[in-house]
This record gives sequence, structure tokens and C-alpha cells, in this order.
Amino acid sequence: MIIALSATAIVVLALLWEISIPWIDRRLDERRRRRELRRAGALGAPHDPGRERRAEQRARELLKSCVNEEEWAMYRDLGFLRVWGGQSDPDGPSELRGVDYAYLVYPHKPIVAYLPQTGRLLNEYCVEFPDETRPYGSPRLPDSDDVLAKWMALCGDERRIIAEANLHLPGRQVDPRQVQRDLWRLGRWERERLARALRAAGADPQRQAEPADG
Amino acid sequence: MRPGFGEQLIAEGDVEDAEEERALIGEFRRQLDQGMWAAVPITRTDGRREAEMVRSFTDIPRDTGRVIFFPRAAGGGE
Repeated sequence: MIIALSATAIVVLALLWEISIPWIDRRLDERRRRRELRRAGALGAPHDPGRERRAEQRARELLKSCVNEEEWAMYRDLGFLRVWGGQSDPDGPSELRGVDYAYLVYPHKPIVAYLPQTGRLLNEYCVEFPDETRPYGSPRLPDSDDVLAKWMALCGDERRIIAEANLHLPGRQVDPRQVQRDLWRLGRWERERLARALRAAGADPQRQAEPADG
Repeated sequence: MRPGFGEQLIAEGDVEDAEEERALIGEFRRQLDQGMWAAVPITRTDGRREAEMVRSFTDIPRDTGRVIFFPRAAGGGE
């Protein structure tokens, strides 16, 4: 009887041990993570739930003050920026000689290069701007700062940013169907914007759209 | 630009004042030594806004209002 009870107790203990291992692992991981955050100074600051939101608000204001009015409106309405590529010089060394190309710039996603004429996706350029001082435990810039950093780098030194990025075929991180949808949204957004501008100028957008000879 | 902060003023001064210019140069170098990239927002004569990356203080147009520092790019998504 005692032997049977002991055997049962051993089995129960073994099962409990099996069940509790993942829980213990999680607790240890959590402790380790908190210790690292404390070392980085992130837990020293009092919890402020609005901090990230205020940082993003400041970042949006900075972005708005730097980019063109059309680009700001695009980001505000669609959530991404289109930046025209500058390496399509007809006499340039690039394979894109004479072909217009552009980039879609999303916050914290790869830069997507594409051909506006056909909508064909060319590449994904995976690039980040990590701040390793991790002032609040994270190296991640606010969304709009990430977009502004990509915009400045593409405008200011396209070759350098492309050289720093990891090049991938389309679809590695950004769903090509989402990009195609975004390109469609961008086209519709531009048509509506043009129609509004024509209306404001007193012209009839329908008439403007008709062929000159027809 | 900093995580959790957004835009932060690092230094300000008048480049026409020699002492303030020295302080600005010192801060510019310190930021670049920390691995930051620097860019100057510019407005072209046709009104188009762009940005220029700058690698030395002398690259900065004298009449510019601000220089923006941001962490240097690193390949991601591996």
C-alpha cells in the first residue's frame, strides 16, 4: 500500500514538474528582461502612458515641417510616402537608365521600390535607424521619425541608404497585395486631389480629362 | 530624433557669433562621433522641399535654420 502511494506521489510530482518547467522558464525570462531594462535605465523613469503618443505627435510635426505639402498630405491620408528615385539618369550607370522609379516609405517597414508606369515591384530595402542608447529601453524611433529619416536619407543620399539596406525580393516582409492596394489607393488619392485642385481653380475636371481632339 | 522622445533640441546658437559657432561645431562633431547622421532640410528655388545629408560642419548652408540628427541606418529584416 505504502509502495503504491509512494509510486503515485512520485508520478504526480513528475507530472507537476513537467507542467511547471515552462512557467519557471517564463518567470526567469521575465526577471532577466527586467534586469536588463533596469540596467539600461528604462525602468528608472516613472511609467508615463502618454510618452510614446507625445513623441509621435512631435515626430509628426517635425515631418510636416520638412516634407512637401503633397507628401505630408499623402502620409496623413494614406500612411506612407512616395519618394521618386533619383538614379534614372538616361546616361547613368544604373540599369534603370531613363526609367522613372519610386519608393514607398512605410513606418518601420522596408522601403519598397517600384515602377510607377506599370506598378511592378522591384525590391524591398530593409533598413532601420536604431538608437542603441535606448533611452526608454527601446531602440525604435517614433513612426513619423522613422519615415522622416528614410525620406531625408533617400532625398539626401539615395545611394548611401540603399547601400546600407538589406536588399530582398518583393514580398519578403511587405505583402505585395498590400503594396498593390496602396498603389491603387495612391492613384485614386492623386486623382481626387487633382480634381479638387481643378475645381478650386474654376476648371471642370471632366472636361480636363477629355482628349484634346475629342 | 530619439526613441520615446521624438524631436529634442540639442543645441542652438548663431553662427555669426564665434563663440556660439564653436559650441555648435563641438556639438555637431559629438553627434557624428556618436554615430548619428545629420541632414539639413532645404527648400529649392522652385519651392520644392528636400534634404541634404551633411558630413562636416562646413557642408551646412550658413543660412540654414536647423540640422536634424538621426541614428545611422543599419540593414534590417535579416
